[in-house]
Amino acid sequence: MRSVFIIKKIFLNLLALLIGLITLIPFVWMVSASLMKTGESAKYPPKFFPSELDFSHYIFLFQNLDMAKYFLNSLALAILVTTISLLFNSMAAYAFAKLRFGLKDRLFKFLLSLMIVPGQVTMLPLFLMLKELGFINTYFGIIIPGMAGVFGIFLLRQFMMSIPDSLIDAARIDGASDLKIFFTIILPLCRSVLITLGIFTFIGTWNDFLWPLIVMTDSSMYTLPVALANLMGEHTQDTELMMAGSVITVLPIVILFAFVQKYYISGIMVGSVKE
Amino acid sequence: MKDKTNFWIVFLFLAPALSAILFFFIVPVISAFLISFTDFDIYTLGDFRRLRFIGFKNYVKLFEDELFYKALLNTFYFVFVGGPLSILVSLSTALLLNSQLVKFKKIFRTIYFLPVVTTIVAVAIVWRYLYHPRFGILNYILSIFGINPIDWLGDPIYAMPAIIILAVWKNFGYNMILFIAGLQNIPSELYEAAELDGASSWFKFKSITLPLLAPTTFFTSIMTMIGYFQLFAEPYVMTQGGPLNSTLSIVLYMYQEGFRWWNMGYSVSIAFVLFVIILIGTLIQFRYEKRIHY
Repeated sequence: MRSVFIIKKIFLNLLALLIGLITLIPFVWMVSASLMKTGESAKYPPKFFPSELDFSHYIFLFQNLDMAKYFLNSLALAILVTTISLLFNSMAAYAFAKLRFGLKDRLFKFLLSLMIVPGQVTMLPLFLMLKELGFINTYFGIIIPGMAGVFGIFLLRQFMMSIPDSLIDAARIDGASDLKIFFTIILPLCRSVLITLGIFTFIGTWNDFLWPLIVMTDSSMYTLPVALANLMGEHTQDTELMMAGSVITVLPIVILFAFVQKYYISGIMVGSVKE
Repeated sequence: MKDKTNFWIVFLFLAPALSAILFFFIVPVISAFLISFTDFDIYTLGDFRRLRFIGFKNYVKLFEDELFYKALLNTFYFVFVGGPLSILVSLSTALLLNSQLVKFKKIFRTIYFLPVVTTIVAVAIVWRYLYHPRFGILNYILSIFGINPIDWLGDPIYAMPAIIILAVWKNFGYNMILFIAGLQNIPSELYEAAELDGASSWFKFKSITLPLLAPTTFFTSIMTMIGYFQLFAEPYVMTQGGPLNSTLSIVLYMYQEGFRWWNMGYSVSIAFVLFVIILIGTLIQFRYEKRIHY
């Protein structure tokens, strides 16, 4: 029995290690190939590590291919969408959780029902609308559809419902307005869920592809994923260059994730809780 | 304190989010529905007076469009092969990381989860090179086992499986987290009681773990499939829908018709077919959700 147990233990640990390797190899190769000399990655048998470190592809991306601009576009949009949507969603969530008005439950149920409509349905009319408004190839084109979301309102409302009414009533008796209550009592108490939702929104906006591809048609407005997909068309053969571009796109998210993993994973749990 | 809140205060809190949702979600959905009954195309874009209502013609055309059938079929292939495969890998890795015999669980969990947060366009590009028929690492590893090189993205037979493998690798970590949570909610007394009766591991898995995980399995399956129906970036970056349209997906076809050829009426009708499919999935979930709970 004892030896069977040990064999089983070794086998399971090796399996975990193997799956870990399969998960990591694409990333390791991406970083490694981005540091190879031009053409070095297209050899047979394939090389796993560069013969010497070559940073020229990164330099080329920033000096000749406007990578800094794409990076800033991605960063600015992710920050703007996250900030604005957190504010708007939490305000609406407060109304649904703590204010009293007619049709509240019906309105909220109606909002929830919108979640079944896939975003792709809205894209064409939205594109035409934003075109009429002159928002194509501007940050507004990305920010406007991202300003508010039903899922965010839902998540924040669930959390705010757990805040005791007595806290709010006491503040009201002291003469605090709803705006003051919202900013000084509710938002600080929602810190953890705001961080979670903020991380989801930030990463989601950073990684988003289809909508930026539609709205940002001028190369100076590209986000990193759109720039990368376009670069792929012209530089398919430059494996090392493409890998350097991929590293620049993925690395900020990986670093962010390393710091906020706890919040992200707890967010998955909350998101899957059904009412 | 039970009075209704002042209307203007409610308005102040609701207006920003609700007007954004109204003007930039609800209005576009309704417009999309109307546009799907018109011949909105590139000429209409120049002169709106050219717009004509054509009834159900776009939808009728869809039924006669071989390329649309191809896209539909490809997407179903991706959803119904890739979906269950993803769930299987998620469940297996969750069981693995839930085992008391495995060390360094937290590190493995983080590593397994890493692909989930990374940018799909970037990883699709990386995998495009991993799949390279001559220089790709995948074929190199296969050659060690004596398998001849496969033209992963150039062969209509292998292109969709290649995209499925990428999708499983990219996404399994997400549902794995949900399965781990589900496993940890199963009371350990159940297993202890079964062990007293001398039950085998397989028996315990089959009659305790699987039934008690059923709600999680059901939820993750539906959500994964709904997500997979929206396949776009992988074929856009890796194959542009080829070879021989073997990886053309519904959303990619919608994008090409709408934003490359500007056949907007037609493109929007494709989006509505996607909507109906997702709606059916959601309704199935609502219907069976209660029944499956233990």
